[in-house]
Amino acid sequence: MKALQEPNAPRRGLRRVPIYILLLAGTVLFSLPFLWTFSTALKTPEAVFQYPPQWIPQPAEWGNFTKAWTALPFTLFVWNTIVITAIATFGSVLSASLVAYGFARFKFRYRTLLFYTMLSTMMLPSQVTMIPVFMIWRDLHAVDTFAPLTVPAFFGGGAFYIFLLRQFYMSIPKELDEAAKIDGAGYLRIWWSVLLPLSKPAIATICVFSLMGHWDDFMGPLIYLNTPEKYTVSIGLRMFQDSLGTSIELLMAAAMIHALPMIVLFFLAQRFFVRGIVTTGLGGR
Amino acid sequence: MKLTELLGTKPSTGPARHEERWGWALVAPWLIGFLIFTLGPMLYSLWLSFQKYDLAHGEYVGFENYRRLLLKDELFWTALSNTFEYALLAVPLGVLGSLACAMLLNTGVRGQRFFRTVFYLPTMVPAVASSILWLWMLNPDNGLLNIGLSKVGIQGPEWLQDERFALPAFVLMSLWGIGGARMLIFLAGLQGVSETYYEAATLDGASGWQRFRHITWPLISPVTFFNVTMGLIGAMGVFTSAYIMTGGGPNNSTLFYALYLFRNAFEYFKLGKASAMAWLMFLVLLVLTLIQFKLSKKWVHYEAGGEGG
Repeated sequence: MKALQEPNAPRRGLRRVPIYILLLAGTVLFSLPFLWTFSTALKTPEAVFQYPPQWIPQPAEWGNFTKAWTALPFTLFVWNTIVITAIATFGSVLSASLVAYGFARFKFRYRTLLFYTMLSTMMLPSQVTMIPVFMIWRDLHAVDTFAPLTVPAFFGGGAFYIFLLRQFYMSIPKELDEAAKIDGAGYLRIWWSVLLPLSKPAIATICVFSLMGHWDDFMGPLIYLNTPEKYTVSIGLRMFQDSLGTSIELLMAAAMIHALPMIVLFFLAQRFFVRGIVTTGLGGR
Repeated sequence: MKLTELLGTKPSTGPARHEERWGWALVAPWLIGFLIFTLGPMLYSLWLSFQKYDLAHGEYVGFENYRRLLLKDELFWTALSNTFEYALLAVPLGVLGSLACAMLLNTGVRGQRFFRTVFYLPTMVPAVASSILWLWMLNPDNGLLNIGLSKVGIQGPEWLQDERFALPAFVLMSLWGIGGARMLIFLAGLQGVSETYYEAATLDGASGWQRFRHITWPLISPVTFFNVTMGLIGAMGVFTSAYIMTGGGPNNSTLFYALYLFRNAFEYFKLGKASAMAWLMFLVLLVLTLIQFKLSKKWVHYEAGGEGG
């Protein structure tokens, strides 16, 4: 079949050998750190420092994962992180999609000015606002609660998400809005039943970015969370590093536990995710 | 752009006014958030930077914070030059690496999806987890990197324990992520280049390098520009890995700007000084971005009749 479509396939096939070699070399280099970590996580404490290293540990200590999980209140940390990540992602997606709808479909005064202002905030380093924002939360007595880590997400969720969705909405024909309008739909109804269903790749993309961003966040929890009962996995892992720094195999198991949900998420969402980035016109900027 | 275009005009008819109100209502969450969490804090931090401020109260000191940082604080300059050194290595290597990966994936080979997934995965690893992972990779005696080097007869350095190699180790670690979003953005850019250009060039006898130099590079230059700009902002803000892996050591060789700023703010509680640092960082980035925009006129090529932007 392939040969029929490409008459000079054999020659091209040979030419592609160097490309495959490079791609395979890349695959090895990118995945070695994962395999190394995974292998270490399954070792006995003695095997960790053995030379030459065993890639497939004998015996495989699967118990390291349970040990790592129970050495610290991991269940609690994971739960805290899930709560923060879920609330913040919900807020980001909901508010970004509404704000993007406003920018994409409505004419109002200062719209262009506001849009460019929003875009320019993408280039603002968070350090510039970090200290006063901390002082606001302190004055509201909200330090050591989840509020500073979740509430800001409800205010548009970040310029990048709004931009991405706005670009996507712009690519949806306006006739669809008009048709729904003739059927008696209001603006919110058009957003909900016309634009949102057609923007699944873009929504999935910002979902992944937001889930990743909050699951991963270290500086936020470091600044705002003080009591261990409220710690997220990022901060918990840091604590783990201090208290169990010598048990490399447990540390690696804990790092794997931290990373696994994101890797699963990527596999689940990658079909949408890649298309979302490619079709939003981000590539043309 | 003309000013009138930027500001728009006031609508006079009923339906237009209705639309206007809806537009404002929909962007209101962002606008309110912008005022509370961005513009307000920016101005407040500017005011703070002229204060000697501990956690409770402040006192106006004029440019004292700036003067001390620039003239008296050696660590400030250490942090700044470490960060520049890191950015100067990590941004060009990272951007070119991402472009190389994207070009490899864009050759239309079989298994493109598989390779793309493997290349992308490292960026899905949370920063703390990847810092812990790399601490072990870079372990001088039992880390994979030095074990690999010893296999080819090279005695690996002490990496994070050696002040000459600690910063390069961070650059190396950052290169693990070249297959991330930046690569996808390049891939999208490459896929936007029309095949007919290449066909015409091949007919004219252009070599692979010439095709890259005269077709690919100019046509994806807006994407490259975007990636360099965002990469620079990212590199200036390196924090988590340094906090976890070295704490700025050894001998302050990995004390990055954002780490030093964080310490001043949340460990030494010098909020005024930290705010001055934040504003200096902002100004440095602003100048760098403006220089980039100026330079971009020489090498960034926008296709006529495109969306613009």
